[in-house]
Amino acid sequence: MSISGPFFSRTENRTIGGKLSEISWGLVLTVLLIAGIGFGILYSVSGDFDPWASRQMVRFAFGLVLMMAVALTSLKFWFQSVYFLYILALGLLVLVELGGKIGMGAQRWIDLGFFQLQPSEVMKLALVLALARFYHDRPLDEARRFKNMIVPAILIMLPVGLVLRQPDLGTALLILLGGASIMFLGGVRARWFIGAGAAAMAAVPVAWQFMLHDYQKDRVLTFLNPEDDPLGAGYHIMQSKIALGSGGIHGKGFMQGTQAHLNFLPEKQTDFIFTMLGEEFGLIGGLVLLALYSVLFIYGIAIAMQCRHTFGRLVALGVTVTFFLYVFINIAMVMGLLPVVGVPLPLVSYGGTAMMTLMIGLGFLLNVRIHRDATLSRADTIE
Amino acid sequence: MKRGMKTYQQSSERDRQFTRRALIIGAGQGLLLSSLVARMYYLQVVEADQYRTLAEENRISLRLLPPTRGNILDRNGVELAGTRLDYRVIMVPEQVPDVEQTLAYMTRHLDLDEDDLDRIIRQVKHQRSFLPVTVAENLKWQDFARINVHLADLPGVHPDAGETRAYHDGEAFAHVVGYVSPVSARDLQDNEDPLLELPGFKIGRSGIERSFDLELRGKAGSSQTEVNAYGRTIRELSRKDGQPGETVRLTLDSELQSFAHRRMGKESGGAVVMDIHTGDILAFVSTPGFDPSLFNVGISQKEWDGLLNNIRKPLLNKVIAGQYPPGSTFKTIVGLAALENGIVTADDEFFCNGKMTLGNGEFHCWKRQGHGHMNLHHALEQSCDIYFYQVARRVGVEKIAEMARRFGLGQVHDIHLSGQRSGLVPDDAWKRATLGVPWQGGDNLNLGIGQGFLLTTPLQLAVMVSRIANGGLAINPRLVISHGSEVIEHPAQPIGVRPENMEHIHSGMWAVMNSVHGTGFRSRIRDLPFEMAGKSGSAQVRRITKAERAQGVIDNEDLEWQLRDHALFTAFAPVESPRYAVAVVVEHGGSGSGAAAPVARDLLVETMKRFMPKEIAAAREEKARS
Repeated sequence: MSISGPFFSRTENRTIGGKLSEISWGLVLTVLLIAGIGFGILYSVSGDFDPWASRQMVRFAFGLVLMMAVALTSLKFWFQSVYFLYILALGLLVLVELGGKIGMGAQRWIDLGFFQLQPSEVMKLALVLALARFYHDRPLDEARRFKNMIVPAILIMLPVGLVLRQPDLGTALLILLGGASIMFLGGVRARWFIGAGAAAMAAVPVAWQFMLHDYQKDRVLTFLNPEDDPLGAGYHIMQSKIALGSGGIHGKGFMQGTQAHLNFLPEKQTDFIFTMLGEEFGLIGGLVLLALYSVLFIYGIAIAMQCRHTFGRLVALGVTVTFFLYVFINIAMVMGLLPVVGVPLPLVSYGGTAMMTLMIGLGFLLNVRIHRDATLSRADTIE
Repeated sequence: MKRGMKTYQQSSERDRQFTRRALIIGAGQGLLLSSLVARMYYLQVVEADQYRTLAEENRISLRLLPPTRGNILDRNGVELAGTRLDYRVIMVPEQVPDVEQTLAYMTRHLDLDEDDLDRIIRQVKHQRSFLPVTVAENLKWQDFARINVHLADLPGVHPDAGETRAYHDGEAFAHVVGYVSPVSARDLQDNEDPLLELPGFKIGRSGIERSFDLELRGKAGSSQTEVNAYGRTIRELSRKDGQPGETVRLTLDSELQSFAHRRMGKESGGAVVMDIHTGDILAFVSTPGFDPSLFNVGISQKEWDGLLNNIRKPLLNKVIAGQYPPGSTFKTIVGLAALENGIVTADDEFFCNGKMTLGNGEFHCWKRQGHGHMNLHHALEQSCDIYFYQVARRVGVEKIAEMARRFGLGQVHDIHLSGQRSGLVPDDAWKRATLGVPWQGGDNLNLGIGQGFLLTTPLQLAVMVSRIANGGLAINPRLVISHGSEVIEHPAQPIGVRPENMEHIHSGMWAVMNSVHGTGFRSRIRDLPFEMAGKSGSAQVRRITKAERAQGVIDNEDLEWQLRDHALFTAFAPVESPRYAVAVVVEHGGSGSGAAAPVARDLLVETMKRFMPKEIAAAREEKARS
């Protein structure tokens, strides 16, 4: 990879120090605050740093390093390798389908010995990058053509299909909505989205009949009518609502949540961690976290708007939208607004896989900010 | 250049579109986040109170603390029914390293069979591991102590003591005290007492246990504990102790009761000892009895069938629900009715030649050769049937029935026991209503000797003889002295009979026991310086046909048990100043003087020994001096 030439902007050959000065430290601070809230709740779960908070801190530190590393790499390098990354991620997904480890009743992981790789997480970012590159390479009038919708649609539907087979409805939804939002930003005519929305509605009964597993159907039914089955599948969501509601405005206090500490609340350190925040810190605690997330989204949108090239813009917004979808789906789920689909709360839920994806995603966001003036042309593709 | 222009135009249009769409997405995100905030507001502000209540309901478990059932005491405070510790061994599976090994170890020290082991292992598998499993209960102290010694080798095994109902001399008291048994599904219908839903709770089913069940039960306490989602208790938040049940004190004398039960032996029947001035029932025995603790844990089908199919009816409370013709014991009432109505005087005589005819009927005296000339005194003494036929014919059913009722027959006495029968004092109206025919002259004769339609219970006979003994005071029988702080009084009114008439009856009853011609002479008191008075009765349970009478009436000893006459005896003592009365019925005992009189005498002797030791000593001293 050369560091000079007619197609490279001045930002491509700056020193590390120069790049660091371009990093949006406000964004990094926001990320630290959100993760800090997560550590606090994880501490409350066990009443100690062990076992949740301490491990989460180690992971976060590792994620922070990854984020900075990704932020400081050359955007051009990623620009050149997007399709390769996509094919790699797709290959890993197929591999999982063939012989992944069985975890939580669904095939999702590849055991690398030191690390359990979840290919669907890699795919979330690879797809964002691949779609961003696809639209970067096409002027608006071409992007609007019908034939140019086929490739993005395939790029999206392949991983969605594979993830659905695992089966992981939550991740499939995240990939689908993340991909669709990039198509929207890339210039695809609005009427296609309206049409796709209508088609999706029409497909619901078909999907219900042929594509969803029984446990997924149960979750949806439970979501629609949690009180029907308060001791079975509806139990989780009922207990989550009770925990949140009983927290009130001020909450019951740090480590004082009865629902969480007496184990009425399920999965409190992972998917239902927002509920625990709501129980112990009340409406105020929840609003503070939502505000921090909003700051992060605003940073994301601002970085995208400041960027001078389509690739960067789409990557930045793609990452932001993915991040947003995590937040929205998780919180809506624990409050009984969406079915329980198993999506963690970004940077707060205990668990390494999603955190790595998100930290790398944030790395790309920072990278775009640093390289907002980069010149990237079609010819930079490794072919 | 043209292409460049186009690219430029396009890229500026793309910029605008991107900016527009990025803002749309940003606005969409804002909108969705606002919906989250709205939902949070709804849950945590609008509905917060409701969810707070639900969270408390989750967290707080209200446990009822069963109160200790009240005791049932005799008149001296001896515990007839009480609560004993039930020694048992429990095991908390989560504290046991190896359940099978622990059970094997315990099998060496406790009597555990295959069924027990199966039940224990099933429970260990199916319930949460912190909930205790009962290994063995109702342990003997030795077994319990042995396990306690080995506790060090048995982690997770705990000695425990529960409460169970225990009865003093159960068989003797079963018909008075009653029994308790587990709550049934039917009890739970329309039930408002949450106590009944407690596992192992017992309800009083018969006797005093039943009549005073609510008083004995007490009030439940409660304990609020914090529990987690699996039901494990985290800590106790508050505790309100229950109120133990009331103590019920009976008029019975436990030793006299046990004595009476032993004295009745294998006979089937009932015996009542009564204080004639207060109506206190000192002994109340129905035999055979049964073991009330059989019902405590649930009776087995075999045991139940055994009780039901026994021809001596152990479950029947014969004192209040056994109805017998009073036989000759009723002659006292017939005589009194005659005297009180001035129809016969004590000196009037009737001639007994062994039989008399009335219309087409022939009526016999129990003594075939006849008694000769009889006045009231001798008629009572020798229980002459002819004399009382003649008297009854003259007095008539209405006056006899009226006197019988005044002396407590034909009615239920309130002694707080259920299942009481009223017996039957027949009269013309009753016969017309029931049988559709008027009262006949022959019916008068049968009534005169306490046979025919007349039915009495042993309790009524005791009331009758008590009211005779006390000279005509209508005492009411009392079984319960008090429950809790409430004392039960049974006031008595004078019946209004002339004392000289009562004297005549007393003298006849004295002669029964103390004249050599008396039917009870052989059963008189010999070992106390006091005399008793009594009246025997033998009630036929079969009809003696003319043919049989011609051949000679078959002796009771030669008949099947169920066909023999009931033996009855009513008595009181001491004669000079009466204090205690007794009524004894021995079902199919043959003759009153033979089977019932000795029992009655022994009960009176025992009663006097227990209640009048000073008087006995004084009388003995006086006798020795003179």
